[in-house]
Amino acid sequence: MIKTLDSLAIGESGTIVKVHGEGRVRRRLFDMGLTPGADVYLRKKAPLGDPLEITLRGYELSLRKDEAINVEVEMKEGTDNG
Amino acid sequence: MAEKKTVIALAGNPNCGKTTLFNSLTGATAYVGNWPGVTVEKRQGTYKNRKNRLTAEVVDLPGIYSLSPYTPEEVVSRDFILNEKPDVVVNILDATNLERNLYMTTQIMEMDVPMVVALNMTDILEKDGVSIDADDLSKKLGCPVVSISALRQSNLDALMMAALKEAGHPRKGKSILSDGTYGKAIDEAKALYEEAGIEHPLFHAIKALENDEKELEANPELVRRCQEILARGSYGDFEADSADQRYQYITGNYVLSRKGKAEEGKEKLSVSDKVDRVLTNRIAAIPIFLVALFLIFHLTFSEDLLYLGKMGVPFSTCFEGNPYFEGLFWTDGGINSLGVILANLLNGITGWIWGSIEKGLAAINTPEWTIGLLGSAINDGFFAVLGFLPQILVLFFFFSLLEDSGYMARVAFVFDRIFRRAGLSGRAFIPMLMGYGCGVPAMVNTRTLNTEKERTATIRVIAFFCCGAKVAAVAAVAAVLASHWGWNSELVGLSMYLVGLLLAVAMVILMHWTTQREKTPPFIMELPAYHAPQPRALAIHIWDKAKGFVKKAATIIILAAIFIWVFSNFTPSWNYIPAMVDEFGQPLPAYEGSILKNICEMISPIFYPLGFGNNLGGQGWALTMASALGLVAKEAVAEALASIAGGTAGIEALVVGSGISLGGLVAFLVFNLTTVPCFAAIATAKAELPKGQLWKTILFWLGTSYVVALFVRLSFDFVWTLAITIPLIVALFVAAYLWYRHACKKEEALAAKEGGEA
Repeated sequence: MIKTLDSLAIGESGTIVKVHGEGRVRRRLFDMGLTPGADVYLRKKAPLGDPLEITLRGYELSLRKDEAINVEVEMKEGTDNG
Repeated sequence: MAEKKTVIALAGNPNCGKTTLFNSLTGATAYVGNWPGVTVEKRQGTYKNRKNRLTAEVVDLPGIYSLSPYTPEEVVSRDFILNEKPDVVVNILDATNLERNLYMTTQIMEMDVPMVVALNMTDILEKDGVSIDADDLSKKLGCPVVSISALRQSNLDALMMAALKEAGHPRKGKSILSDGTYGKAIDEAKALYEEAGIEHPLFHAIKALENDEKELEANPELVRRCQEILARGSYGDFEADSADQRYQYITGNYVLSRKGKAEEGKEKLSVSDKVDRVLTNRIAAIPIFLVALFLIFHLTFSEDLLYLGKMGVPFSTCFEGNPYFEGLFWTDGGINSLGVILANLLNGITGWIWGSIEKGLAAINTPEWTIGLLGSAINDGFFAVLGFLPQILVLFFFFSLLEDSGYMARVAFVFDRIFRRAGLSGRAFIPMLMGYGCGVPAMVNTRTLNTEKERTATIRVIAFFCCGAKVAAVAAVAAVLASHWGWNSELVGLSMYLVGLLLAVAMVILMHWTTQREKTPPFIMELPAYHAPQPRALAIHIWDKAKGFVKKAATIIILAAIFIWVFSNFTPSWNYIPAMVDEFGQPLPAYEGSILKNICEMISPIFYPLGFGNNLGGQGWALTMASALGLVAKEAVAEALASIAGGTAGIEALVVGSGISLGGLVAFLVFNLTTVPCFAAIATAKAELPKGQLWKTILFWLGTSYVVALFVRLSFDFVWTLAITIPLIVALFVAAYLWYRHACKKEEALAAKEGGEA
């Protein structure tokens, strides 16, 4: 199942399939490692629901839902069991 | 010494231990300067090896993730390597996060510059039973790789030896992309750059294929031709594919051995995770932050640390009767905080120094005016401003602590949602809060912000926050409001803190809608693991800050103090006004008939509408002078009033005696709190703002404070004016918002049109 990164629930993970968006923001997402094939895991949301904190490539990254909506993620089966 | 030293540039991701390495390599020789043209801090120092007497200049480049022009730091690092031609680049990698760290390595590799990789924090990996084969990495990257621990200072000499050895061997850039699907396009593009005789052809060629902003600016024709190469072949999206291929290459070659480990990490909660659970907790995060903030300010500025004074515990003042150290640790009002104790100590010492100088000068029959001039320059100027240093440093220490520990990144994370509404990112919150302590370090801190417009808006509103130097003015006016108008002086203080905050928020929103309009800057930020701050790094941080401040105090402030002394001690026909002496034999500044008084009387009509101009009688010009001097340094506001009134105790009589209205007095306070903060802030703003923004910023400060003070004055003295001013303010905001919407729509339409054409 494919979802956008912003619609993941806390604790869910998946693999990036595509990154949309434009110009600098897209470039930044790539530079920070959000490229197709990378595994992401949604760790938590800020107290006011946004931005998000994700784990990818062995580190923690924070980004807003507005930016995360550009990232398409293929959901992992049975995420909860690891 | 004439021989050119080898220059070693340190490059790496933020939080990779680069600064620790720099500090270890250069020790106390480091100095901080600004990059020419741009405003990112440059740290440079000398490495010395005692054993074999080798030395090198080490330059610490800003921590960055990539060589794309996303932040000013990235542009600076890229330009430094390309244009300043360091002899060798040392790329520091955090071995515990090799995957993302190697990404930039694959970019630096593309430049024609000798390079050495320093593999930092391998000791932490080894503790977990993971090791990285440095020889294998070196073979694959095609450059020396040295394992080090910057923190424990191990293997640093080996790293420097490797770097110095590489410095002599020119290296041709190579790209991991050359073996991929874009190999042919890259070769063609590179040939174009070689033909044009441009240095680092491979790096530029790849940037041209990426359609990189900076490359487009520098070589528009070549970029166009490179884009044609892509268009001719049946290539995909180069920007996406190149990033993807870099990461694929990295995961394919280097991180296989760590894969099992990463999965494990997800389930095990580290200490950092546990700390984070509390600090960014849904309910507790914001209250925890507010408490931390309160504690920081309390420990820096409080003169009643444990509230024992408020509770009525009887105290006697310590060192009572000592001319320099009376009340050093505690007074009858309570126990002093760390910041206040240090400030008292320094003021005691400088007071004693000046006292001795003065006695010495008097003993050798120095003319009175010489003593007066020196006193102005040294004691009233340099020492008085130096007196603020301890509290600024204490405040800076706490904020550095929060920053180095990784908490500040979380604060930005927690508050981003709120700040986005004003067109800022959560990061802008940190420099604003620092503004409550001192605007100077706060303005410097805006460097972490992403866009120039966000930085400009933030620097401008920092001036509105009630900084340490403004407190004296608040206290002086609040005392008058309390005793003459029966106001609660603590409430006055509190509302002045709030006025600054509210004005800042309102102005940020207005600027976002009008002059600083841009898409809300993105917020894509690493949240580094929490770690205990290193005392050494903190000490160097604070030492740098202290040096900068002393330099500023020694130059601008002394000059300003001399000007004021000359203007207040001479009549317009340049006759010296002999100093008067008060009942204790202390010299009193004599303003009567001085140039300064003449000037102030001349400009006082400016403040007529605000209620504290030439509508005041007698010594009413004092308020004009206090405001004018306040532009140089805010502590001068209360100081000027006190010196004219013959001491702080006389301020009330002076102010009330001038016949000032309630509105006029409040307007006086509000004007001084929200106008140009001080010379030091102007100098800092000049360095930190984009070119050409300084004058606009100064006018913005003067204009805003004048309008706000006018509003305050009218509201207090002529309540009925609110019926006009409130609708006016609402109309202003509505108009700004409509203009913003209109401009956004126009831009969208333009973008849609362009998109349609393409």
